[in-house]
Amino acid sequence: MNLAYRDIKHNLLRFLLTTFGLSLLLGIVIVITGVYRGLIDDALRQARAANTDLWIVEAGTNGPFAESSRIPGDTRELVARVYGVERAGAVTYQSVQTELNGTPLRFFLIGYELGRPGGPAQLIAGHGIMRSHYEMVVDRSARLALGQEVSLGTHGHKFTVVGLTRDNVTNSGDPVAYMTLLDAQALQFELAPPAERRELARGGAMETSNQINTVLTKVSSYVPIKEVAAALTRWKHLTTLTEEQQESLLSKQIIEKSRRQQLMILVLLVIVSAVIIALIIYTLTMDKVRSIATLKFVGAPDRTIVGMIVQQALAMGLVSFTVGLVLILVFQGYFPRRLVILPDDVAVVFVITVAVCLAASSLGVRLALKIDPAVALSTSG
Amino acid sequence: MVDPNARSVVRVEHLSKHFGTGEARVDALRDVDMEVFPGQVVGLMGPSGSGKTTLLNCVACILQPSGGRLSLDGDVVYDDRWLKSDLRRLRLDNIGFIFQYPNLLPFLDATDNVAAVLHLAGLGSAAARARAIDLLDYLEVGHRRRAMPAQLSGGEAQRVAIARALANRPRIILADEPTAPLDSQRARIVMDLLRKIAIEQSAAIICVTHDEMILDRFDHIFRLRDGRLETENAAGAMKAAPGVIEAQAV
Repeated sequence: MNLAYRDIKHNLLRFLLTTFGLSLLLGIVIVITGVYRGLIDDALRQARAANTDLWIVEAGTNGPFAESSRIPGDTRELVARVYGVERAGAVTYQSVQTELNGTPLRFFLIGYELGRPGGPAQLIAGHGIMRSHYEMVVDRSARLALGQEVSLGTHGHKFTVVGLTRDNVTNSGDPVAYMTLLDAQALQFELAPPAERRELARGGAMETSNQINTVLTKVSSYVPIKEVAAALTRWKHLTTLTEEQQESLLSKQIIEKSRRQQLMILVLLVIVSAVIIALIIYTLTMDKVRSIATLKFVGAPDRTIVGMIVQQALAMGLVSFTVGLVLILVFQGYFPRRLVILPDDVAVVFVITVAVCLAASSLGVRLALKIDPAVALSTSG
Repeated sequence: MVDPNARSVVRVEHLSKHFGTGEARVDALRDVDMEVFPGQVVGLMGPSGSGKTTLLNCVACILQPSGGRLSLDGDVVYDDRWLKSDLRRLRLDNIGFIFQYPNLLPFLDATDNVAAVLHLAGLGSAAARARAIDLLDYLEVGHRRRAMPAQLSGGEAQRVAIARALANRPRIILADEPTAPLDSQRARIVMDLLRKIAIEQSAAIICVTHDEMILDRFDHIFRLRDGRLETENAAGAMKAAPGVIEAQAV
């Protein structure tokens, strides 16, 4: 006869409501682990999506993500001639914001040369950019449809969405969009008509728009990457970063604060969950003081009473964890940023839940063991 | 009637219990002697604070006496210290309890409330349930075997509680005002039932009560006053028992 099960069955509605509340809490713990992993993963994806061996950036900078980097547009041609460089592509990065049907829409825009490194790696719908102008490939998290037109830039050029990618977002959750380098440079440097007129009237020389942020370089598999990097570094106006260096910058330095914040929230949530679980179990035990006293009076050993409390705590934890996980898996698509829920993290949360339940039940167990069997004789019915 | 050669089931010798020390010391029991034989139903009466519940708790091995000797079913269990290590097992195997309020576990139905005690004693689920059903039938509440405690009337719940007390065939049954929540007619029925059980199972029943209406249901009545024991026979005539003399001599 399982007393824990019978008690749960007797108070099923209370158990269900309590576990539902707890499952939301544990669901949030799982969400935060997902956000934490997502943050790191998104940051790394930014670097990995480029599928490059070397990043050539402005001298003395950690660009293009950690710091701004601006180099001449013809750098790609210089780099491409270096021994060991298999392919090279000029790329620009910028954040743009526009409005679509009254809703703000932010992108992280990547301008690349068609047929060269820097373009979208894999499309889930549509096709790659085929025209020199006014086409874009965008991540599906922007919630744009194929064929949809988006107005960008000071001149209000309309760009048509021709392809969609998946899970291609920045570490801040903004969707990544791709367009041709020329379009991206135009968006970056093109002045609004009044500003352009004023600039002409001033007689100021028009700044060249042929500037890029980085050159992505694919090195031949026959030549060591370090050797090519060393050769490129001889040009004093350039700095070379390997993929590992770029990943390290993105995952450790750029998002370090956010990462710590998420970790702190995660730890606090686990503590809050532990306190709540402990309070729930303590309250449930308080409700059973008379029953426990009676059990002790008639001769039930401590292990029966401890077993009842621990089993209920574990049942509550396991059901809450399962419901929480299912809820998160079902609704993760509606979360405003990408969640990366790894089996290892889920397993860790599971182990923490079990440990917290066991630790929290110790409060209830302590109370139960202190209950005087003579309470069963007290007159209050 | 009690067999004159029978061995006492409960024997209390010079039992004392005090709480606190110094000026705060309260003597709840003073040199109490009491003996109860198989088949006997004895009443334990006295004003509030006289030590009835303390004595019952001491006999139930819930409360450790301060001195004296306690024997249950021929075994000395306390002689200035507990002589048994597992008192709960001792209670489970030897003592049945009937509380003032039935104290049924609210999450178990009538059958399982009785079967739980058998289960704790090591009986398998099926056998425990079968015996529980037999006991409920014996106490004429078999038709309510699936009812939850909240669905039982006061009398029915008390019968289920009695069935639970009888489950492990204890030689000693301790009852703490079992008729308090019942009307006089039901109280008499319960007392008759206890008497029947005492005779049929050769059990000793000690019943704490305030109810003067059921005095005639007891073989002996022990009266406690300020922790001292007096005794009177069933007819209500006070007589000095050895325990009283000793208690008065303290």
